[in-house]
Amino acid sequence: MKLRALTIDDIESLAVGAWVLGTGGGGNPYLPLLNMRALYREGHRVQLMQAADLADDDLVAGAGGMGAPLVGIERMGDPHTLTRAVRAMELHAKCRFRALMSVEIGGGNGVRPFMAAALMKLPVVDSDPMGRAYPEGQMTSTAIGGLAPSPISLVDVRGLESIVHRTPNAKWTERVARKICVEYGSTASMCTPPRTGAQIKKWGIHGTTTKAIRIGEAVRRAQRVHDDAVAAILSVEPGKILYKGKVVDVSRRVTEGYLRGVLKLEGMDEFRGASMHINFQNEWIVAWRDEQPLAMTPDLICVLDSVSGEAVGSETIRYGQRVTVIALPPPDIFTTPKGLEHVGPRAFGYDLDFRSVFSA
Amino acid sequence: MRRIGIDVGGTNTDAVLIEEGKVVRAVKAPTSEDVTTGILDSLKSLGATGVLAGKPIDGVMIGTTHFINAVVQRRHLTRVGALRLGMPAAASLPPFCDWPEDLAELVRGGVWMVEGGHEYDGRLFMPLDEAAVTNAALEMKAAGLKSVAISAIFSPLDPSHERRAAELVARVLPDAAITCSSDLGRIGLLERENAGLLNAALADLARETIAAFEKAIADSGIAAPLFITQNDGTVAEAGQARRLPVYSFASGATNSMRGAAYLSGLSDAMVIDVGGTTTDVGQLKNGFPREANSVVKVGGVRTLFRMPDLLSIGLGGGSHVVLERDGKGPLKVGPVSVGYRLLKEGIAFGGKQLTTTDVAIAMGVLKLGDRAKVAHLDAATCRKVFSEAARMAEEAIDRMKTEAGDVPLIAVGGGAFLVPDKLPGVSEVIHVQHGDCANAVGAAIAQVSGECDQIFKDLSRAEALAAAQGIANDRAVAAGADRKSLATIESEDMPLAYLPGNSVRVRVRVVGDVAGA
Repeated sequence: MKLRALTIDDIESLAVGAWVLGTGGGGNPYLPLLNMRALYREGHRVQLMQAADLADDDLVAGAGGMGAPLVGIERMGDPHTLTRAVRAMELHAKCRFRALMSVEIGGGNGVRPFMAAALMKLPVVDSDPMGRAYPEGQMTSTAIGGLAPSPISLVDVRGLESIVHRTPNAKWTERVARKICVEYGSTASMCTPPRTGAQIKKWGIHGTTTKAIRIGEAVRRAQRVHDDAVAAILSVEPGKILYKGKVVDVSRRVTEGYLRGVLKLEGMDEFRGASMHINFQNEWIVAWRDEQPLAMTPDLICVLDSVSGEAVGSETIRYGQRVTVIALPPPDIFTTPKGLEHVGPRAFGYDLDFRSVFSA
Repeated sequence: MRRIGIDVGGTNTDAVLIEEGKVVRAVKAPTSEDVTTGILDSLKSLGATGVLAGKPIDGVMIGTTHFINAVVQRRHLTRVGALRLGMPAAASLPPFCDWPEDLAELVRGGVWMVEGGHEYDGRLFMPLDEAAVTNAALEMKAAGLKSVAISAIFSPLDPSHERRAAELVARVLPDAAITCSSDLGRIGLLERENAGLLNAALADLARETIAAFEKAIADSGIAAPLFITQNDGTVAEAGQARRLPVYSFASGATNSMRGAAYLSGLSDAMVIDVGGTTTDVGQLKNGFPREANSVVKVGGVRTLFRMPDLLSIGLGGGSHVVLERDGKGPLKVGPVSVGYRLLKEGIAFGGKQLTTTDVAIAMGVLKLGDRAKVAHLDAATCRKVFSEAARMAEEAIDRMKTEAGDVPLIAVGGGAFLVPDKLPGVSEVIHVQHGDCANAVGAAIAQVSGECDQIFKDLSRAEALAAAQGIANDRAVAAGADRKSLATIESEDMPLAYLPGNSVRVRVRVVGDVAGA
């Protein structure tokens, strides 16, 4: 079996690339990255494996964090608590995991499984159920595949461990888990339902960690030589530039526990005179150019700092920032009729027929 | 109202006297190695003009890069005991965990992490482990530490654990300088803690520097309170600046922009500050610079300081000029500069390096040096150099503008002659008198601010904003502001995803005039 040993430089690139794939949400991977630097200094190492190399009956754990990013930057999740979330699931499900996996490659959760993997000496599978970040638990390839929505474990650093034992669907899992998470102080380490090697091979979105590393490497290389970092991303991914501009307004509101709002941009360079606004629900959902829908979920809409090429999140983006908006192609499973039911524009309340910017 | 503003720059120490809204006199003296001599000299030459006689001075406001230079150059730093209240959370990322190793080596006197801290909604995260705090203080005492930085989870929302720990530490170490992270602001434990650690590392330098400033003022025969200008264009009383020197990190650029606003009478405009080596472009909103969005690194340390959002380009009065006919390719202005050696190395001053100042002298724009030495520069060539400088300025302004229409542009700094009277996207270019001392003017007119950044629960948006405003007002008054003059200059509310009960994070900043001045 082929395992790829990751260097700390790979992890640095992963953090930059995962934030790009966060499409505005998922939380900044900076603190998970700091944890990885500390683990590497202590001598820990992590390895990446391909889903194809899993045996059909191997079990894989999705390990990550849940909660409000603003709480996360005070409470700062740690590798031991995340490891306990995985152990709690092993105890509950009476199983032993063969490997770990990201619960969403976009944002901080793209890096977090490696924190537990370092301590547990388990490889991380190069797949995830989103290929990006999405705000809700049912917006996954595993939910589209009808895989079990429970159990999940939620763990707090003060010795609290909870299991959501059984739910009829992923929406209920999300609702109940959120209640527990809020009691913990709106941050929790979690382990998603155990998946078999066969399930991952069939329903996982593959190669996403490698993709994030590739994007991050391109950005970091461009930054070192003062090259165009956005162009560097497009040289390694089949993406498209949608717009370049300045942020002229951001309005935000919380409804049903999500950060929703509109980002308004004003064109610069070759986009001068054209307007763009982007609706978001944690993540960027629909981008409108001159009031016409230009790009929409499940296409990945990434808002990047025009100079550094690094991603800008919907919680932190502010007036006056200079950004470039790009689109990256979505995972195939999300563009199927069943996939669009889960993650298409109507799943977010937009009465639009999905049309990919890559289909033209 | 009579105030003296002083800007201690890399090359010159500028001093201005402002009286009833007018610049009475501006002087320059070379900045000295020990900084205070330069201040003394500038005050002496201001005094020699006779303007200081008669009516008393209401305040002396000094802007200095002293503190940030200490961090950047790793000099005069105090060893710090770091005490974090938040166990068992965040143990994997202890204080100093993301510092550059060389700086951490100098400053890290020891790290203690004990139970304590709050939740986002004010609930206890863990009760404060008072015995462990006292024990940490005893160990700090044994290690000979005299400066302590205390941080706690969610202390901007509830600082009680930090305050209690400070009391306990002071019982063991009565002479220690103690910094609480909640005095430094925002949500984000690591960045707030970093600010606290940097602040604690400056404890000795701040005490000595402020004492030297006070002595320089007293020695000049001026009986007026000392204020130190801060990163956000406001001032702190000397006592507060001594306690929180990190707030005075980067006031130079801010003072220039504030000075530009004052001298022009405009509160919303673009500002271009052309120095000897670099040009800073920023935007004034309500008379204050627009702040940078993101995390700011100081000496390699991530912090959340309030810093102006500036674009710096390599254009200035000392910029090297490479002409087309020199055969080295196209005409080029900057980014290399002769800097403070302009009066030796510029061609008009007998040197060998062609600079933008030489070109301006050849065109008759500046009356300096020996015009005969630059007579070989023909008018067409000079115009080309100026249009290249104008192109660079235009590009920088366009990048910083946040509105589509034409906006006014205020040009200040010693190199402001490089800014033409007409630029695309600019409604009007305004050159002001005393523009070359805009930074000292900005220091003289600085106000006092107060800020509140915290999460409110179960309040309407209006109630939350009002509560935040009340807190910010109280903080401004505590910092020396006149309550009647307070005005809100920034107000931002951010609903929190995932948090229940209409949680909203509100940030409000108010400013007011210095009380009694």
